[in-house]
Amino acid sequence: MYPTTPRESGTFGARPRPAGGFELWSWYFMRISGAVLLLLAVFHLLWMHLVIGLDNITFETIVRRWTGPLGAFWRVYDLALLVFALTHGMNGARWVINDYVHRRGWNLGLKSALGVLYALLMLMGAYVIFTFQAPPTIVAP
Amino acid sequence: MKQRAALRTAPSLRDTLSYRGGVGQWAWLLHRLSGLGVLLFLVLHVLDIFLASFGPEVFNKLLFLYHSWIFRPFIVLLVFGVLYHALNGLRLVIVDFWPAANVYQKPMWVGATIVSLVVTLITIAAFFWEG
Repeated sequence: MYPTTPRESGTFGARPRPAGGFELWSWYFMRISGAVLLLLAVFHLLWMHLVIGLDNITFETIVRRWTGPLGAFWRVYDLALLVFALTHGMNGARWVINDYVHRRGWNLGLKSALGVLYALLMLMGAYVIFTFQAPPTIVAP
Repeated sequence: MKQRAALRTAPSLRDTLSYRGGVGQWAWLLHRLSGLGVLLFLVLHVLDIFLASFGPEVFNKLLFLYHSWIFRPFIVLLVFGVLYHALNGLRLVIVDFWPAANVYQKPMWVGATIVSLVVTLITIAAFFWEG
């Protein structure tokens, strides 16, 4: 019923490359953004855990990061992280829905909900990255 | 007809567990689960950083999620999930763009998994030396 060897399935583990159109574009996007995130997200994870330390993260960490001398750099970095990670993750969830949900109504309903969540989180994340200001009581060292 | 429909459908959980696809099957399942888990955290993470707009009182109150020991197992899963998804994803990219690398699929997967586990253990150690 299912392919029993990698060769039979025509692929060796990865999702086969679609023939064209949006799906081909999204296939390439997953690989390119994946490579970008391998650097951006893994560095972010290791920086927060091994250099700063999870228990030392407070509101002041954000103030230092976004309003310190390298504030502009970190805001651009975090915006790239937001755009790539959210788009990569939501497209992955879209693939999972297409794999498992074949009833047309449910398929479209779930993907619509996913699209709304995607837009909402993108707006919320971009909003805080662009507008964040240190409260007057806290000054970045 | 029935068979054709089955081919278009991804395997169910029962099929996945009884299917003997070797290493690649588990690599795939772990990739999918880690991807969904990391996405779930990303949703939470965008929301918590958004709340920083409302000032330190609101944000610091929320930090119990990341500071409490009760949630540490989830953090550990997250760290492993990100690392595994990143390194196993790298394996997929290599194989997609350089088909000759197919011969090294298994060692690449083993390598990705071992590196993910080791770095996860280091971050667990960091809970103790930085706390």
